[in-house]
Amino acid sequence: MSKSKHLLSSSLGKKLIMSLTGLFLCTFLIVHLIGNLQLFYHDQGKAFNDYAYFMTHFTPIKAVSYLLYASIIIHAIYALILTIHNRKSRPVRYAMTNGAANSAWNSRNMGILGTVLLVFIVTHMSNFWWKYHNDDVPYIEYRTDLSTQETTATELTADGFSEYTKYTDNGVEITKARDLYRQVQFAFKNWGLVALYVISMAALSFHLIHGFKSAFQTLGFDHKRYAPLIRFVGIWFFGIAIPIGFAAMPIYFYFFS
Amino acid sequence: MSGNMNLTLKVWRQKNDKTRGKFITYQANGISPDMSFLEMLDVVNEGLVRKGEDPIHFDHDCREGICGMCSLHINGRPHGPKQGTTTCQLHMRSFHDGQTIVIEPWRAAAFPVIKDLAVDRTAFDRIQQAGGYVNVNTGGVPDANGIPIPKVVADEAFESATCIGCGACVAACKNASAMLFVSAKISQYALLPQGQTERYSRAQAMVAQMDTEGFGSCTNTGACEAECPVGIKLTNIARMNREYLTAKLFKEEEAH
Amino acid sequence: MLDSKVPAGPLAEKWSKHKFNLKLVNPANKRKYTIIVVGTGLAGSSAAASLAELGYNVKAFCYQDSPRRAHSIAAQGGINAAKNYQNDGDSVFRLFYDTIKGGDYRAREANVHRLAEVSVNIIDQCVAQGVPFAREYGGLLDNRSFGGAQVSRTFYARGQTGQQLLLGAYSALNRQINNGKVKMYNRHEMLDLVTIDGHARGIITRNMVTGAIESHEGHAVLLCTGGYGNVFFLSTNAMGCNVTAAWRAHKRGAFFGNPCYTQIHPTCIPVTGDHQSKLTLMSESLRNDGRVWVPKTVELAQKLRKGELKISDIKEADRDYYLERKYPSFGNLVPRDVASRNAKEVVDEGRGVGASGIAVFLDFEDAIKRLGEDAVRAKYGNLFDMYYQITDENPYKQPMRIYPAVHYTMGGLWVDYNLMTTVPGLYALGECNFSDHGANRLGASALMQGLADGYFVIPYTVGDYLAGLGFDPVDKNHPNFEKTRKQVEDNVHKLLSLKGSKTVDDIHKKLGHIMWEYCGMARNEAGLIKAKGLIQALKKEFWSDVTVLGENEEMNQSLEKAGRVADFLELGELMVDDALNRRESCGGHFREESQTDEGEAKRDDENFRYVAAWEYQGEDQPETLHKEALEFENVKLTQRSYK
Repeated sequence: MSKSKHLLSSSLGKKLIMSLTGLFLCTFLIVHLIGNLQLFYHDQGKAFNDYAYFMTHFTPIKAVSYLLYASIIIHAIYALILTIHNRKSRPVRYAMTNGAANSAWNSRNMGILGTVLLVFIVTHMSNFWWKYHNDDVPYIEYRTDLSTQETTATELTADGFSEYTKYTDNGVEITKARDLYRQVQFAFKNWGLVALYVISMAALSFHLIHGFKSAFQTLGFDHKRYAPLIRFVGIWFFGIAIPIGFAAMPIYFYFFS
Repeated sequence: MSGNMNLTLKVWRQKNDKTRGKFITYQANGISPDMSFLEMLDVVNEGLVRKGEDPIHFDHDCREGICGMCSLHINGRPHGPKQGTTTCQLHMRSFHDGQTIVIEPWRAAAFPVIKDLAVDRTAFDRIQQAGGYVNVNTGGVPDANGIPIPKVVADEAFESATCIGCGACVAACKNASAMLFVSAKISQYALLPQGQTERYSRAQAMVAQMDTEGFGSCTNTGACEAECPVGIKLTNIARMNREYLTAKLFKEEEAH
Repeated sequence: MLDSKVPAGPLAEKWSKHKFNLKLVNPANKRKYTIIVVGTGLAGSSAAASLAELGYNVKAFCYQDSPRRAHSIAAQGGINAAKNYQNDGDSVFRLFYDTIKGGDYRAREANVHRLAEVSVNIIDQCVAQGVPFAREYGGLLDNRSFGGAQVSRTFYARGQTGQQLLLGAYSALNRQINNGKVKMYNRHEMLDLVTIDGHARGIITRNMVTGAIESHEGHAVLLCTGGYGNVFFLSTNAMGCNVTAAWRAHKRGAFFGNPCYTQIHPTCIPVTGDHQSKLTLMSESLRNDGRVWVPKTVELAQKLRKGELKISDIKEADRDYYLERKYPSFGNLVPRDVASRNAKEVVDEGRGVGASGIAVFLDFEDAIKRLGEDAVRAKYGNLFDMYYQITDENPYKQPMRIYPAVHYTMGGLWVDYNLMTTVPGLYALGECNFSDHGANRLGASALMQGLADGYFVIPYTVGDYLAGLGFDPVDKNHPNFEKTRKQVEDNVHKLLSLKGSKTVDDIHKKLGHIMWEYCGMARNEAGLIKAKGLIQALKKEFWSDVTVLGENEEMNQSLEKAGRVADFLELGELMVDDALNRRESCGGHFREESQTDEGEAKRDDENFRYVAAWEYQGEDQPETLHKEALEFENVKLTQRSYK
């Protein structure tokens, strides 16, 4: 009984990587959604822009974000490796298969759903992340009267902005920031982009309905009492609530803002 | 006889593993709904032999659903349209007059076709040989009642142990993965006290052999469980993952 | 007279003393010997594994694609062992006694006692291997009762005991394959035995994938090839079960013991039509809770068959629970031969049920009332499901229809106490030999015998033979290997040259009908004589008008079948000869000329208290009968009674 492979070169090891990166990405979704809910504040984007600055400049968060990028890439690469291997495991295909009789559609098409999500992530990041990091967004200045808590916002030109700043002058808090909120408003006036977002969130839903519980199965977690809880969370929280939350944003900006 | 059916069969014919196969169409007439699927093929074969044509080769033996020798991918599903049944226990009453039935062999890199619908499943044997046993010699063992085993545990081990090794799980899986088969054996021993001393070596050795044989990896679609003629549960796969990861990450010193 | 080599001394000490007297092979010398094991059922797998553990080199063969598929896997009910875990009065002697009596006093006392002795070790062994037997809530092993016994000594794993035991033996075999001590040959069929100077020294096999006809040499050959029930075409055996290995060994000098002893199992699913390829057994354990009945009158039965009456229309008073009526103390749990014969009797009277009228009811209504449907499901769920799948009738709602079917053959190659046949170096284990069940086997005893022979008998006795051989390897170049190989090849080509108008199955079905009609549940002189003529004619028809397609150098199922049926035809004739010779009734062999006033089987101990061992004399020559007298020193021969 001694012929054993190194963990990560075994099929189960590769699955372990898919599972761990996938679950990590799930936790990110929670944080990302909660943060982005600030888009719904009627504060001319101040909270959201503050949050955007914090997320891109606080060192621990930055470190986590690199882990996140790595996870996305590893998750995709291992998916590709496994898919190629799985295809090779059946070199001659069946002339007739009836997959619907024994399994759910999404469970059989995680690769397609994942590809949609990858395209989405690239688009999403080039629209916001890339532009934000490369100084390709408008600037804004908020003045908040600390006694009345009233805020006024003024657009800044590139000349009037050098770096995110926040200071208090005569009972007025002045914040100068990159206006990612405005970029969001602008981007989501494009119906094509909104459609892509909504479709991608549907893909996310199907991907997570299978993926979340599947990750636990791969980790070997199965329990008479708790496994149903995981299935519940996978379907209702990750499969339904989170994608709806995300999809609500482009829809909101397209129709109401 | 009334109620008899006429069917069109599209059967995969392949001389051996070196030649390419193709579908050939046959008519199966006067088929009684009380026949088993294999008896229907017997009737077709008798007709072929009378015409001097090579009969359709397929594996079968006990014809009571327990030996696991029969296979056949029937209309897109291993062991045909009925759940919880082997092909030999599938009766023609599950089909209707005039139906076209497509019959293919199990398809997997690890199960090469021998002839027509018969495939080589010795990969399964090699996985069992890698560790599917308890290292005890004949004689010198403790009394059978020496170690009480809770009934629920014994029953669950039994459920895993009922795998008939037919390969429907591999055939059904879109990745041709053998996880359900392997996990059933690993589970049986992981549950029973007799299997404890070698549980971590066993998980490692059997998984390594499974990978060597060229089966795909599991994507948890559950097709294997749905098509398993004896109802082996996905729980076994979770248990195998647990055994294997525990072995690799925490119990390397207990493996031999 | 044949020498059974049964050791002297008191019955209970024979085996212990014998084990001590057997010669041993030094552990370092065991690797100098190669042992061939043909068949990987309970006997073959357990023998191959146990011998390899001892250090012998083993070559194991099976015709299936995996050793795990041998037909032992289909045994449902259980395995007997004299553990007396139930504190209900069981003992080694009681198991011995029940088996001897169940076999209608036609088995060898010493063998049966040894079987009962080692039965307890079998259970220990299987549990240690991880066989998941049924357990009680306290965690200890559960038992149930079986036909022919008044104690609960049957260990079981739901309705799949044979499967679990075989997978246990298969796991032990796998371990030795992995250790390199067993070389496994799947999809290989043994087609002849090679003898040198009268000793078994090898076999000829056909690779069923490539057609290669190969010689394999060994110092001893163990045949563990099961029974020959498929001579009846329809039986509960697997489709591939055959007599070929045993029959070819018989033609090379191994005597065939009691070929006419056939067990007809009482609880099988009835035949539905000509297309039927095999019969499915429902475990005898069903008779623990199921009640067997038919309508009291022929009129009621006729109305029922025509559908003019529903089963529920038959009032309790109009139901004849004939086993309970005739055998009050054993009731539905009478031995198999008695249950089968009674079913035939009521059907012959015209009281049978089902569309064909060739069936009786096995009714669970009372059990469901008494225990609840869930409890019945827990006990027999898989059997009920199987019945439902095959018949499309729900046995929870209406009684099962059952009828006897050929199930097991007590006859087989004659072996001495060491399990050696009359060919030195050739052994026969399990159902393949004739030894332990006499004229009728009790339920749950086949698994016991297969494993006893493989785990606990052959590892001792084969050493005794090998120790006398010296250490020379078998001469692979001996001309007998090539000569025998050539004969096999010629025979294969002869079969392939047959291009007539009949299929092999046509002939096989005809043979089956002849055997069932004249050499089945009831036999008489006139019928047997007629059968002999019919078989001889059929044999001619086979060799002149059958067609065998394809070529040797490929997977060729037509060729495989043809070879097997050719051997069945010869065996069939011997069975008829044996049945003709045995002008008494005993166990499964019921000669109509020999019955009590009540219609029960009547033995003739004075003239037939012997084992009939037949010696092959050549093509179409009558075989020579040898007798081994059966001595009963420990039990009194009585007319079996289950009343």
